[in-house]
Amino acid sequence: MTNTADKKTGISRRSLLKTGAAAVGFAAGSGAISGFPTIWAQSNITLRQFGTGVSNLNAIADKCKADLGITLEMTATDSDAAAQRAVTQPDSYDIADIEYWIAKKVFPTGVLQPMDVSKLKYYDELVPLFKTGKLTPDSVIAQGTAPHTVGYVEAQDSKVFAKAPTNWFTMVPTIYNADTLGIRPDLVGRDITTWADIMDPAFKGKTAILNIPSIGIMDAAMIMEAMGNIKYADKGNMTKDEIDKTIDFLIKAKQGGQFRAFWKSFDESVNLMASGEVVIQSMWSPAVAAVRSKGIACRFQPLKEGYRSWGGGLGLAAHLKGAELDAAYEYINWYTSGWVGGYLNRQGYYSANMVSAKKFMSEDEWGYWIEGKPAKGDILSPDGKVMEKAGAVRDGGSFENRMGKVACWNSVMDEDRYMVKRWNEFIAA
Amino acid sequence: MTVALDQPATTAAAKPARRRRVSLGAIAPYLQATPLALILGAFLLLPILMIAVVSFWDYDFASMYPDFLTTNYSDVLGSWVTWKTYLNTLKYAAIVWVLTLFIGFWVAYFLAFHIRTTAMQMVLFLVCTVPFLTSNIIRMISWIPVLGRNGLVNSTLVRMGLVPAPIEWLLYSEFAVVLAMVHLYTLFMVTPIFNTLMRIDKSLIEAARDAGASGWQILWNVIIPLAKPGMAIGTIFVVTLVMADFSTVQVMSGGQSASVALMMKNQMSLLQYPAAAANAVVLLVLVLLMVAGILRIVDIRKEL
Repeated sequence: MTNTADKKTGISRRSLLKTGAAAVGFAAGSGAISGFPTIWAQSNITLRQFGTGVSNLNAIADKCKADLGITLEMTATDSDAAAQRAVTQPDSYDIADIEYWIAKKVFPTGVLQPMDVSKLKYYDELVPLFKTGKLTPDSVIAQGTAPHTVGYVEAQDSKVFAKAPTNWFTMVPTIYNADTLGIRPDLVGRDITTWADIMDPAFKGKTAILNIPSIGIMDAAMIMEAMGNIKYADKGNMTKDEIDKTIDFLIKAKQGGQFRAFWKSFDESVNLMASGEVVIQSMWSPAVAAVRSKGIACRFQPLKEGYRSWGGGLGLAAHLKGAELDAAYEYINWYTSGWVGGYLNRQGYYSANMVSAKKFMSEDEWGYWIEGKPAKGDILSPDGKVMEKAGAVRDGGSFENRMGKVACWNSVMDEDRYMVKRWNEFIAA
Repeated sequence: MTVALDQPATTAAAKPARRRRVSLGAIAPYLQATPLALILGAFLLLPILMIAVVSFWDYDFASMYPDFLTTNYSDVLGSWVTWKTYLNTLKYAAIVWVLTLFIGFWVAYFLAFHIRTTAMQMVLFLVCTVPFLTSNIIRMISWIPVLGRNGLVNSTLVRMGLVPAPIEWLLYSEFAVVLAMVHLYTLFMVTPIFNTLMRIDKSLIEAARDAGASGWQILWNVIIPLAKPGMAIGTIFVVTLVMADFSTVQVMSGGQSASVALMMKNQMSLLQYPAAAANAVVLLVLVLLMVAGILRIVDIRKEL
């Protein structure tokens, strides 16, 4: 093509290239001067976000593109791979969407930069759970890696977690929930009230727990304590002796045939429950919803010992600076401004900014998901599927009722390596 | 392996003797071997070497540190979990080997001796490969709705009144693992055995019959000895596949059973690469020993 152009017009290949480059430069330049807030749309900023999958939702990327013009490239991995990637490939992402217990491992390695609280538009509206560890002023701080304990550092260049809130946030909290056991009310045939019920001989061969060591050990701890076998000083940070006792107990239960399977992924837990292979098991809230959406009765049973909770947030990669850093702050402020919060709330998770999320939910949705009131009309999922019929009440009730009864947070222990080694023995036993 | 190397070595030695003056002729065999040597070197030897090197490194949750530690090996070899897992994997290998050999031989025998036209043989052989048009994982997972507590088999048995309650051990058990493996790997046995059976000179069988041998005697004294190389190749396929399997064991046992590769996968997902590398080296040595053993018993090249 350039050859024919050469012959006809006499423009040399070189000058043609030059003109082309100038045209491209002009196009880019004209975009840059068209001004805030559409600047991101013009300059085509892309933020690469990776995380554990729960909040890596295409709907969020689409909405972000529409509202801010920022292209979000999202990668989902499992939690262990997320921790690894965060540390070993710090240049491969701009935003880390990880859980707080992963942050406890990752942040001290210096791959994330703390964020300036004063640049966060909605900081004051964030749920106090992530600042002081207390949902209400008189609630008790749960065991484990509570988000507020790894939520702040002393200074911008510090890698040491601060004891009390400072101006430097490690991650902005986005999504969290309280997990418990899922049951098939039609198949268990009795009331389930405690974590210990999963070990009931009546359910022999019909139970499952999850095979993700750092989370599975916490479920096991809730079970152990509920059975009165042991009293942990801190379930989230067991001693070697406590780990041994817990794993030995699990091995005994496994060899006695108590478990049907151990699941590793969300869909496995859904299939186990929906097919009736299992009637009581560790479960996550959207998995319960997925079973129910197949028309099969499934309940996310509140238990008297309380919930095992988890929380995630967005962290900034250390390499971000200049326009990209500004874009990242812009993105985080957008994230906490309500649309995403409403979206997450309607999926059965909780948004860290309830004030703004409320504006994006109908009164009935807010009543059902957050206040624990019976639904007045059908409750729809964000993609328009009927999740609950009118009259339904959320398992566990209101936000305060659920998040106020957290017994422990997902955590990483000092004896992590030993725990993982023993957990592998449990799986191999 | 040493046997396989013999031939190029002797021709290479013979050639320069014949025409010592032409140097290009002398290096021609080396040039011809270079592409393969480069590919194998870069994509096989180098990675294995790296695995061996890494297996001596130190690590924490995030990174690995070059070092020369034997703790990875002492952790692997000193733990009862490892021994139990290896025994379990060997058990799977043995059971699956026996079953695939038995089934594979008879399928191949039927194809080779009972189907008269070559065209039909090829059609039926292709039919055997049809399942391979879908992925390994799908073929495995499709067993779950069949074997489950409320699955096809159990609901049929219960409805027919043959069993009072669903049979629990059909799924998420060692039975399920073995069943899925046999299903997945039998073709690897059928193909090489079919190949060797097709090469058996039919006049040998006629001669045996003329000499008064019974059907079983022909099978035992003529066909099976001649089919041994195919069986050995199939055995190598099946044994190495089973020894390295992790997905079948995890899915079909519901995470309840362990295999060596699954142990490695767990270690890798927990970022313990050096530990997984040490495990890989141990497994590699074991599998190579097994293959060497098979090759000692059956001379594959002799019969091909």
